[in-house]
Amino acid sequence: MTGTGGFGRMLRKEDQRFIRGQGCFVDDVRLPGMLYGAVLRSPYPHARILAIDTLAAEAHPKVRAVITGETLAERNLAWMPTLSGDRQAVLATDKVRFQGQEVAFVVAEDRYSARDALELIDVEYEPLPAVVDARRALDPGAPVIRDDLPGRAGNHIFDWEAGDAGRAEEVFRDAEVTITQDMLYPRVHPAPLETCGAVADFDKVSGKLTLWATTQAPHAHRTLYAMVAGLPEHKIRVISPDIGGGFGNKVPIYPGYVCAVVGSIITGQPVKWVEDRSENLMSTCFARDFHMRGELAADRDGRIRAVRVTVLADHGAFNGTAQPSKFPAGFFGVFTGSYDLEAAHCRVTGVYTNKAPGGVAYSCSFRITEAVYLIERLVDLLAYELDADPAELRMRNLLRPEQFPYTCQTGWTYDSGDYPRTLRLALEMAGYDELRKEQLAERANGHLMGIGVSFFTEAVGAGPRKHMDILGLGMADGVELRIHPTGTAVLRISVQTQGQGHETTFAQIVAEELGLSPDDVEVVHGDTDQTPFGLGTYGSRSTPVSGAATAIVARKVRERARIVAAAMLEVDAADLEWEPGRWFVRGDPDQGRTIAEIALAAHSDLELPEGVEGHLDAACVYDPPNLTYPCGAYVCVVDVDPGTGKVSVRRFIAVDDCGVRINPMIVEGQVHGGLADGIGMALMEVIAFDPDGNCLGGSFMDYLLPTSLECPAWELGETVTPSPHHPIGAKGVGESATVGSPPAVVNAVIDALRPYGVRHADMPLTPAQVWRAIQGRPLRTDLAIG
Amino acid sequence: MTIRVAMTVNGTEYARDVEPRLLLIHFIRDELGLTGSHWGCDTSNCGSCVVWLDAKPVKSCTLLAAMADGHAVRTVEGLEQDGRLDPVQQGFVECHGLQCGFCTPGMLMTARWLLDRNPDPDEAEIREAISGQICRCTGYENIVRSIRWAAEHAGQTP
Repeated sequence: MTGTGGFGRMLRKEDQRFIRGQGCFVDDVRLPGMLYGAVLRSPYPHARILAIDTLAAEAHPKVRAVITGETLAERNLAWMPTLSGDRQAVLATDKVRFQGQEVAFVVAEDRYSARDALELIDVEYEPLPAVVDARRALDPGAPVIRDDLPGRAGNHIFDWEAGDAGRAEEVFRDAEVTITQDMLYPRVHPAPLETCGAVADFDKVSGKLTLWATTQAPHAHRTLYAMVAGLPEHKIRVISPDIGGGFGNKVPIYPGYVCAVVGSIITGQPVKWVEDRSENLMSTCFARDFHMRGELAADRDGRIRAVRVTVLADHGAFNGTAQPSKFPAGFFGVFTGSYDLEAAHCRVTGVYTNKAPGGVAYSCSFRITEAVYLIERLVDLLAYELDADPAELRMRNLLRPEQFPYTCQTGWTYDSGDYPRTLRLALEMAGYDELRKEQLAERANGHLMGIGVSFFTEAVGAGPRKHMDILGLGMADGVELRIHPTGTAVLRISVQTQGQGHETTFAQIVAEELGLSPDDVEVVHGDTDQTPFGLGTYGSRSTPVSGAATAIVARKVRERARIVAAAMLEVDAADLEWEPGRWFVRGDPDQGRTIAEIALAAHSDLELPEGVEGHLDAACVYDPPNLTYPCGAYVCVVDVDPGTGKVSVRRFIAVDDCGVRINPMIVEGQVHGGLADGIGMALMEVIAFDPDGNCLGGSFMDYLLPTSLECPAWELGETVTPSPHHPIGAKGVGESATVGSPPAVVNAVIDALRPYGVRHADMPLTPAQVWRAIQGRPLRTDLAIG
Repeated sequence: MTIRVAMTVNGTEYARDVEPRLLLIHFIRDELGLTGSHWGCDTSNCGSCVVWLDAKPVKSCTLLAAMADGHAVRTVEGLEQDGRLDPVQQGFVECHGLQCGFCTPGMLMTARWLLDRNPDPDEAEIREAISGQICRCTGYENIVRSIRWAAEHAGQTP
């Protein structure tokens, strides 16, 4: 792209390195003298550690260090804080609490020797009964998982409520129709294609630690390392190079990172640790695992009046969810969805189980995925009960445009949207009425065709920092913009791309505001020594937070340029007008100066007004006044084979409203990826456990991800309702499709199964699950039963 | 114990003394420093590690380096010829066929193989060809379009 102006379809700058195989991912980092680490993991979900014998491993000729929890305890590092204020074992000392938990760390001269040496470590375990079923975790007499926590007698973590229980009860009491449904949003895994890893390089002379790590939040990680490891923060440099997908999986700090750091400190050499796929699936941050009982109250004519839900949240062995600290159930509180209700209430109980820690990940917008699934399934169940059309029922209950800004029954203030228009467009694109006719004809022929609709409201772009922080770090983000003397620019941002295309879109924002070419704006990110502090990229927060910061910092530069231009032209700054790329004298357009001319002058001996500094640099920390609320309407069409239970997604129509689109090509790409996630979660993906606590989703042979054959050609549409409080009217979009698509797929499959009287079956709707649902006996998909 | 493994990679002869158990992907990445090909799953499911062995795409995480002894390997680094991008490379840029870029090298190698055998594949043929590889970012649609772009612009990249 050449010329001025920023927004619009622009090919990505970052692609040039990736198409040549010149990206630099963590495992591509190679330093002189680098050693390799490997983690020994627990085969048991719950066992006491009686003894660890590392002598044989230490005797391996290529082994340089063997680290156990005991080694770490000497440095006060055997435990680390989680992002939810709990603690997690870096290497287990007392007990192992999930299968795959970290027990020891070997540092060796090469990858293979490190792995060999793991087999030489002898750990004596005393197996203990495991808590596998979250619904049994609070039973009297259930094994206590967290006996390391003083005074902890059971597996209860927290209770959290939102809404008004009394009011909800009143509405439910006199409602003409009520719906109740138990539903499980099963444990799934973000499974980025690049697993987690780190290269730690501790320089004994300078005392500086450089850590290349797969992190979505390099600054927050640096601060945590400073707090935990006792290293001064200015002596820690975290570099998040190219990241092969994050989806929330790379928000937490994992024991492997800490072990690599300790390994480098002990050996005095750089240490690389990269987990394998099984380690990634079995031990790193999973998502969901929400056991929900949802209820809906409505009038017989289809007016939805209230919703309430009780949730049992399985957080695994350590409460390691990554979410703002005042929100133990994330943003699940927006479970009232896109509808105008009289009352709502939810109660969430978090429990420990003998499973890997996590809970908030996989593009979930801090659990809005679960919230949208709940309400959108309930609305379909109501449609079933009333024999109403699910699209019409939604249209009847959607918030109206004139109701915005709208504060829902649980206190969230939605900024903007035109929901009926968005849904209408999706239905038009789908040819909804014709699809229904076709469905009738298909049913008459014995074919199972299903049409699923979902409508979602997202809430993305955390903070404001007054309400949202992680371990006390407020969710506000900094940017710095510098205009070089010749008029090109460098923008330094705190957020970190994992494929979202920040190097392109953030350059486009600066270009739009300053009338530069995006090609003339370099975006620097992912290196804490080179970028201002911020909380990082997750929860679709880069555009809502750092995108706003970028627009504001560019406007600051523009205003400074105005003063410089006024000095150059010897006129009053108030007499200047802006056009893209240039300040000119009002009424005399020939008298003007471009940004490049102004930048050079700002670095020259030009006399500036009293108090005005030279150069054209500016910084900004953006504290968002509110979240942004994108929305969307999705329609999914499926065909189900009644003989095998196999579901084929025939069409998927997605209309998204994410406000102003900076780069429509990138927005559409984000939506495509999320839709594929939705098909995966609805039909294929689950991390289940057998009764003994063995993880049954520990490889890509068992944890199935959608391929090109399961995904249809996506049909996208858009409506644009700008966010009123975002400087460029943009809203986040990275997770919209992951949030909104699973209920559309499930609603479609259940709709297809209508001739069998199926009301609900839990995800994933594998052929086995669909077949069982047809038989009237759907499975509990979190357990390996049936 | 080590064995001598010699192969041609992107037209250059290499010989290394390596452990017999060394995987081809680690040979390419760690021994030769060609880090464009990625390792992603260990089980031949994800295809991040796809390279060509002679004229055929293979998953280099499940081949031993020794099995490539005496053969010709081609990786993503070998796609660009004399400073000229392969149309599949340009296609992925034009059609936003990549996001994080981790699966991209494997996808490109399969795409080139497909187009060499079938210069004008339809959507179903493209989907079939890449069905042994996983992309977590794009939902595949833009990868399909990218390969179509390459088919329509054979020999036209700058």
